[in-house]
Amino acid sequence: MTSDPMPGRFAAAYLAPGTASFADFLTSTGYHGAVSASVGDLSHSVPHGTTIVAFTYRDGVIMAGDRRATMGNLIAQRDIEKVFPADEHSVIGIAGAAGLAVELVRLFQVELEHYEKIEGVPLSLDGKANRLATLLRSNLGFAMQGLAVVPLFGGYDLHRARGRIFSYDVTGGRYEEHEHFAVGSGSVFARGSLKKLYRPQLSETDAITAAIEALYDAADDDSATGGPDMNRRIFPVVALATADGVTIIDTDRMGNAVDEVVAARRTRPDGPAANLSGGAP
Amino acid sequence: MSVPFYVSPEQIIKDKADFARKGISRGRSVVVLQYADGVIFVAENPSRALHKISEIYDRIGFAAVGKYNEFENLRVAGVRLADMRGYAYDRLDVTGRSLANAYAQTLGTIFTDAAKPYEVEIVVAEVGGTADDDQIYRLTFDGSVADEHSYLAMGGQTDAILEVLEAQWREGLKLAEGVRVGVAALSAGADRALDAADLEAAVLDRTRPRRAFRRLGPADLTEILVASSASPPGD
Repeated sequence: MTSDPMPGRFAAAYLAPGTASFADFLTSTGYHGAVSASVGDLSHSVPHGTTIVAFTYRDGVIMAGDRRATMGNLIAQRDIEKVFPADEHSVIGIAGAAGLAVELVRLFQVELEHYEKIEGVPLSLDGKANRLATLLRSNLGFAMQGLAVVPLFGGYDLHRARGRIFSYDVTGGRYEEHEHFAVGSGSVFARGSLKKLYRPQLSETDAITAAIEALYDAADDDSATGGPDMNRRIFPVVALATADGVTIIDTDRMGNAVDEVVAARRTRPDGPAANLSGGAP
Repeated sequence: MSVPFYVSPEQIIKDKADFARKGISRGRSVVVLQYADGVIFVAENPSRALHKISEIYDRIGFAAVGKYNEFENLRVAGVRLADMRGYAYDRLDVTGRSLANAYAQTLGTIFTDAAKPYEVEIVVAEVGGTADDDQIYRLTFDGSVADEHSYLAMGGQTDAILEVLEAQWREGLKLAEGVRVGVAALSAGADRALDAADLEAAVLDRTRPRRAFRRLGPADLTEILVASSASPPGD
């Protein structure tokens, strides 16, 4: 970045009329956030975040992420957080290269708040989703070196009065998902689980349970996804985006919900069953 | 060949200052006052879109009088600087003091170097953990900074406004009481009773979790002002 203008006066870029985008402003000041290095595949040398699930429920959108980051075959961190509030009505979850992903989230959070302060009104949910696509596209060089960042974005759309979910690819492609979606290494298993449990009008409590079940199933079959750590009391991070704003479920409530799921799995290790003939599994 | 006029530096500065003062005193006023949970801003401003009061950062607010395009330019610069600092370092490293400093330097340079000084007066307020930690910086068109406490008024007719503030302001006002004091003061300056449609108001409320800034919309203001006329004196 250019030298900090403090304690002197505002540099010319600060007083220039124009953009309400913080990312564009950063570029105009010569800030270089990402530095590319051509050293081949780095995917096993840096921590990677794993599984995020999101789905719509009665009040909006719920997003949940496990707490594991892996580096090759090692567990790099067992209590990493990968689901964050993006602003007052939206949430973002990240899978992929953890360092770059967390930085992307930080920039995205500033971007949304910056726009709101400059313009006096928040961006629309589609506007937020599009900005994230643009920010993500600048990371394409890293993605080609095995350092892809794969975010999942969800929020409560105040105009349409419902929750919505957006997924992305490394080139900045933006896709609206309906009902439910998952990203990261365990996403295939999480989604299979979610398909069986999902109902469009799940209550808040049941939505939290469904999210825990989906992550449990992901951890069951994917070594890079962390299951609930009962001894250390480390549980998935669950965020809700509703008309009233974003809530992160506190540890006590998560602990109780996880305890119930884990207790039920003692009698049925594969989770709740559908009501079909053929005897008990 | 004509002899160029000599104008003394004292005269240039005086002329510029008179020019800026005249421009500012023509405009409508803003009052800023402390209350129990933070800082209240009230402005006489019939526009719903062109704000005189705004959020800069988590604990920092901004209010201005004078020429809109000039203080809007400064407001945007402040938001950019705050977000830049918070992003490059940490949210805790964004302070009202550093912002006030940047404004002072900028206004000072414009006052001496530019042909026309900015016709603005601004306030940068920051709420801390207690009322004693609150900071209110007032910046004038020439870049001077004053560290203010309790209350202040900017714009035109400030004598009448300050008279009311001096009589009615006290420490530990509740939100509704503080807003009423501010509105009464502005009404004295405007020589008529102002209602919600004439006003823009916001607070920095230290009890709010991260972003302390909250606008008081027409509905909030009406509720506060109607309650005051309905309640018996001394309430």
